[in-house]
Amino acid sequence: MPDGLTLNKITSQKGISIGEAARRVADLGWTPSYVQEAMSFPTDYKITKAPRDPMKQVLRSYFPMQEEKDNRVYGALDAALRGDMFRNVEPRWIEWMKLFLAIIPFPEISAARSMATLGQLAPGDDLRTGFTMQMIDEFRHSTIQMNLKKWYMENYIDPAGFDITEKAFGKCYATTIGRQFGEAFLTGDAITASNIYLQVVAETAFTNTLFVAMPSEAARNGDYALPTVFLSVQSDESRHIGNGHSMLMSVLKEPDNHLLLERDIRYSFWQNHMIVDAAIGTIIEYGTKHRDKTKESYAELWHRWIFEDYYRTYLLPLEKYGIKIHHDDVHEAFDSIVKKNYVHKIAQFFSAGWWANFWRIEAMTERDFDWFESKYPGWYDEFGVWWENYAKLSKPGSVPITFADTGYVYPHRCWSSLVPCVIREDFQVDEVDGELFTYASEVDRWTHKEAFAAEYQGRPTPAMGRFSGRRQWEEVYDGWDLADAIKDMGFVRPDGKTLVAQPHLSFEEKDMWTLDHVRGHTIRSPLLALRAMTPEQRRAHIDEYRKGFTIRRV
Amino acid sequence: MTTQQTASAAAGAKVFPGSDSRRYNYFEPKGRKATHYEDVTVDVQPDPERYLLQDWIISFGDGTPTYSKSWTALRCADWHRFRAPDQEWERTHYQRQSTIVGMIQNVVDNARRAGAPQRFDKAWVGVLQNHVGAFKHVEYGLGTALMRAQRYGYTQMVNNAILTNASYKLRFAQDLTLYLAEIATDIGGFDLDAGKAHWMDDPIWQPCREAVEHIRAAADFLEQYFAANLVFEPLVGELFRSGFVMQLAAAQNDFATPSVVSAAEADYERNLANAVELFALLVGDPVHGEANRAVLQDWFGRHSALAARAALQLQPLWSLPRVKVAGFLAAYEQARNRVAAIGREVGFVADLPPILVAEPAPIADVAVAGSAE
Repeated sequence: MPDGLTLNKITSQKGISIGEAARRVADLGWTPSYVQEAMSFPTDYKITKAPRDPMKQVLRSYFPMQEEKDNRVYGALDAALRGDMFRNVEPRWIEWMKLFLAIIPFPEISAARSMATLGQLAPGDDLRTGFTMQMIDEFRHSTIQMNLKKWYMENYIDPAGFDITEKAFGKCYATTIGRQFGEAFLTGDAITASNIYLQVVAETAFTNTLFVAMPSEAARNGDYALPTVFLSVQSDESRHIGNGHSMLMSVLKEPDNHLLLERDIRYSFWQNHMIVDAAIGTIIEYGTKHRDKTKESYAELWHRWIFEDYYRTYLLPLEKYGIKIHHDDVHEAFDSIVKKNYVHKIAQFFSAGWWANFWRIEAMTERDFDWFESKYPGWYDEFGVWWENYAKLSKPGSVPITFADTGYVYPHRCWSSLVPCVIREDFQVDEVDGELFTYASEVDRWTHKEAFAAEYQGRPTPAMGRFSGRRQWEEVYDGWDLADAIKDMGFVRPDGKTLVAQPHLSFEEKDMWTLDHVRGHTIRSPLLALRAMTPEQRRAHIDEYRKGFTIRRV
Repeated sequence: MTTQQTASAAAGAKVFPGSDSRRYNYFEPKGRKATHYEDVTVDVQPDPERYLLQDWIISFGDGTPTYSKSWTALRCADWHRFRAPDQEWERTHYQRQSTIVGMIQNVVDNARRAGAPQRFDKAWVGVLQNHVGAFKHVEYGLGTALMRAQRYGYTQMVNNAILTNASYKLRFAQDLTLYLAEIATDIGGFDLDAGKAHWMDDPIWQPCREAVEHIRAAADFLEQYFAANLVFEPLVGELFRSGFVMQLAAAQNDFATPSVVSAAEADYERNLANAVELFALLVGDPVHGEANRAVLQDWFGRHSALAARAALQLQPLWSLPRVKVAGFLAAYEQARNRVAAIGREVGFVADLPPILVAEPAPIADVAVAGSAE
C-alpha cells in the first residue's frame, strides 16, 4: 500500500491540545455591559481572584467517560442478579441501607444545586466547566442511588422501608441528621456552604469513609452492588476535591477571609465528624456480620483516611497561608471514637429507639462481642449487657427496650448536629436569644451560639445561615403514644398494623411487632423537660446527665 | 431471635407482612404506573407540605428557608405535578450527551480527513469565524443562566429539567468552540478570537448580547427558564441555527457545520417540550392560572422586545454567504410563527408584528477584529 494511504496517516490527524481546548472553553465567558447580574447567593467572603482549573476539564471527554462508567455499574447490577447475590447477602447489612440510601440522594442533589452558587460567585470562567461537571455528577449520584435503592427494594427479601423511602426521609429523626448535612451544602453563606462545608470538608475528607470504607464492608457482607455504585461515585469525587481546592486557593488570597475560613473549617470539620461518623461508623461496625479481627475497625479507618490523609496532608498545609487550624478538634474527634466510644454509643441509641426506625436492627451476638472487645478493649463491660438485654427484649410483647428498666437514660439532642448527646461528660447547655438549648460538645455549642450568628468576633456576618425548623424530633412528638407517632410517620407495613422496624431479622409473621405491641408508652422531649425545670433542678439534672449511666441486666 | 431465620435473603424467600411491597408507594405516578424517571426523581427534594415533618432546618440569614416558593412570581397549587416529558435521569442523560459528542466528533474527524474545511467557500469561512464564533457565547450565556436557575425550583422535577437544559447548552457552547478550533487548524488565517470580538463589539450582535444579558440578570429563575426557552430560543436561537446556518451551509460546500449545529436543534426540542409542559401547567393552574398568565405575558413583553430586536439586527448575516439559498424574511417569519404557536400551546399571547420593511444594517461600518472578508 502506498505510504500516503496507510491508516496511520489518516488516524494521526492533528487536533487541538487539551490545554488549548480548555483555554478556548474558558474564554466563552464575558463581563456583561448592558445589565449586571445581581449576586443572588449571599456571602460575607470577598473573592477577587479567579480560581484556576488545573485539570483542564472539557465536556466532550466527560460525557463518554461517564457513560462508560454507567455501563459498568448497570452491567454489574445485572451480573449480581444473575449470580443470585441476594441469596447470600447479609440482611443485617441491607437493613442499614434502608437508612443510608434514604438519606444520601438528598445531599447529593443539594451539591448539584450548590454548583449554581459557585458558578456565579467564582470570578472568571476557568473553573466553570469543573463546576458544570460537578453539577451533572451530583445529578448522577442522586438518581443512580435512587436506582440502587429501587433495585434493593425489588430484590431483597424485605422491601418494607425501601418502599416508603423518600417519605421516611422526611419523617425520621435519623434522616433529619442527614438533612442537616445536606442542607448545609446549599443554605446560608454561599462559600461556607458550597466550598468549605461541601467541597473542602465533606468531599475531601469524609467521602473516604462514606464511599470507600463503607463499600468495602458491603462486599464483606455479600453486597457487591453498593461497592459498584459507590466506587463509581467516588471516582467523580476526585474532580470535586480539585474544584474545592482551587476555589479555596482563591478565597485564601484575601486576608479578610481568614477569620471566616477559620470559623468555617472548624464548624464544618466538627459537624461532618458528628454526623458522618455517627451514621457511617454505626453502619460499618454494627451493620456487618464479618468479624475478621485482621480487618480495620472504623477507628483505624478514620485514622488512616481522616487523620493521616486529610488532616496531615490537606488541613495542616493551610497554616502556611495563615489559616488557623483547630488541631485540638481533630484530636478530640479521634478521641471521641477511640476513647469515648462515640460510635458504640450512637449504635446503642439507634437500637434504643428501634421502633421509630424504618429498618431492622438485630442484636449483637457473642461473635460480635468478641470482635468488638478485640478492637475496642473494654467494650463488653460498657455495651455487652445492653445488647444482651436487646436480644431478650426483641420478642413481640416485651417492653420496648427504651422503656425497660435497663438504666439507660434517653439522651438529649444536640441543637447543632441533631445527633444525640451520647458522650455524657461532654454535654453542654447554653442560652441563645433567651432560649435554652442542648449540645453534644463545646464545639457544637460554639457552632450555634457563635458561628451561626449575625456577627462573628465583632465582624458582621449577615450572610451566615441560621438554624431553623422543628429541629428536635422528640419535640414534635412530645406527649404522643409510640403507636400513634409510628402511625403518623407511616412506618407501618401494608397490613396497617405490623411495624416496618423490627428489633430482629426474623421474617416469620409471628415474630413481628405490631402497633399494639408498642402502644401505651409515651414519647417525651428531654429538651422541653429541661426548659420546664427550675434553675436548681436544671443544674442537678445536668450534673447527673454528665455522670452517665450503668446498664443493668433485665 | 438474633439470627436469620431463613436461608435466602432474596425476594420471595418468605411471605410476611410487606414482603410483596416492591414499588415506591409515596407518590402518585402521572400514568398508570410510575416510570423509572419518576422513581428516581420524585420527592428526592422534600417539601414541608408533603413529608418534611420537621420543616427545613437551616435558613438563610434573612430567614428564607433552604427552598422557598417566593423565589418566583409564579404560583402553583401543586408544584409536584410537573413531570418532564423527556423523562431524563442520569443514565439517559449521559447516553444522549455521549452519543451527541461521538456524533460530532465523527463528523468533524471525517470532514477534516476528507479535507472539507479547505473547500469551504471563503465568504462562509468568514461567517464561521465571526458569527458562528459569536453565537457560541449565546449558548454559553443561556447555559450559565440556567445553571444558576436550577438551584431555585420547588421540586426535584423542575430543577432537574432546568439542570439538564443547562448541561445541553453548556455542552453545545463547547461543541462550537472546539469545532471552530479544530477546523481552524485546517484553514489558514482563521482567527479564533474574532468570534468573541464580534460578540462584544459588532453592532450586529449587540442587541443579541443585550437580550442574553437580560436573561442572565433576571432574578426570577422561572423568568430565566421562560425567557430562554419560550422567547429567545425560538426567535433568535433557532433563527440563527436552523434558519441561517443549517439552511445555508451546504450551498457553501460545508456539510460539517450543519451536523454540529443539528445537535442543538434536537436538544432544544426536548428543552422546549419540558418548558412548555411546566408553563402550561402553571397557566392551567386552577387557583393561580390567570395570575400566572399575566406574569408570563409581562415577561414575554419584555423579553420578546429584546429578542425580536436581536433577531432583526442579525438580518445582514443572510447577505454574507456567496451562495444565497435562503433569506432572512422567511426565516424570521418562521420564527414568528413558532413563537406564536408556543404561546398558544402554553396559553399566553405571543404574536409579534410581521416585518413590513427590512433594511439590512450597514455591515461595512463594522470594524472589529477578524471582520468578514
